[in-house]
Amino acid sequence: MTAPVRVQPCLRGPVLVRGADVVVDEDGVEHAVRRPVVAVCACGKSARKPWCDATHKSIRDDAR
Amino acid sequence: MALGVGPVLTDRDVQLALWSLYELSYRGFDGVDPRREWDTGLIELRLLIEGRFEAELRAATRARVAAAVGRGDDIADWVLDLVAGDDGPQLSPYLRRSATADQMRDYLRERSVQQLKESDPQAFLVPRLTGAAKVALAELQYDEFGGGRPERLHQTMYAQTLAAAGLDSGYGAYIDDVSAISLAAANVMSLFGLNRRLLAAGVGHFAAFEASSSVPSRRVASGLERLGLGEAADYFDEHVEADAVHEQIATRDICGSLVREDPSLVGEIVFGVACALHLDALSSEELLQRWQVLPEDDVSDEVAS
Repeated sequence: MTAPVRVQPCLRGPVLVRGADVVVDEDGVEHAVRRPVVAVCACGKSARKPWCDATHKSIRDDAR
Repeated sequence: MALGVGPVLTDRDVQLALWSLYELSYRGFDGVDPRREWDTGLIELRLLIEGRFEAELRAATRARVAAAVGRGDDIADWVLDLVAGDDGPQLSPYLRRSATADQMRDYLRERSVQQLKESDPQAFLVPRLTGAAKVALAELQYDEFGGGRPERLHQTMYAQTLAAAGLDSGYGAYIDDVSAISLAAANVMSLFGLNRRLLAAGVGHFAAFEASSSVPSRRVASGLERLGLGEAADYFDEHVEADAVHEQIATRDICGSLVREDPSLVGEIVFGVACALHLDALSSEELLQRWQVLPEDDVSDEVAS
């Protein structure tokens, strides 16, 4: 039996995803999920997309 | 038994004594009877040092805690804000751009005391938590402990980083060389981990620690690459993505669940956060001074560096 995928958006942060095997980025490239929970970039500024690299913290509130 | 009158936080002998006392509850020492872990004389000494250490930490963080408590916002947001708004001296921009290979090794050596037992102190928090907070801490620690793959155990990855940088990767290898502050930064985790009454402070400290790691890890990895020490960068590279996840879990699912269960724990969580920020600032200040980095060399980092 496969566990359901759980998606949890974080305010001013990434989207946490649990139970997924693959995340597809905006260019259609598939990225294998290698940890129990992954943080998917939601601000669009990560240098490691589709993964969050905490760059959202460097973005000023007025530029968000 | 007696301690001098000076602060214990910056006293290397006292911090080394405390580290050694705590170590009896981790991996022990060759030739030392493991029963000494519960030797009442040693426990008494540990309590004496811990009492002074905790009192100094409470005094040093009082203003920060008072300013934060009572804000009433979501705890996760303001733990993240507290860390982001910290204006203490920063080491990672210097490590990224300017540090020499020797300075980088100095940094790796000082951090080895805590990183070679990374996440071990927080494992003591698990049986003291219940429900959602426990589940979240276990989920986070599963990742710290390699996610089922021994080669990804973070403390092993740090040992590999030390070896790749030409340093001794043995557990405790630099215990006689590191500063009081580096020992204190490791000891505070055991103080919170081994005393159940400080559970919420341990949770707050862990959350702040995770929340102040992703961006600095990216800078250190980049500094190591710049110095041609790319092989040593794996550990930091792993922490960019890992801690971007962990800071969310630690603040939202661990701190958040704990406060929902018992709102009176906010003050202690903030105390833990403030301790992490305080010790990190002391450590950065110490290394920048040791390397004679002038404040103007240590300019703040640009966006998305």
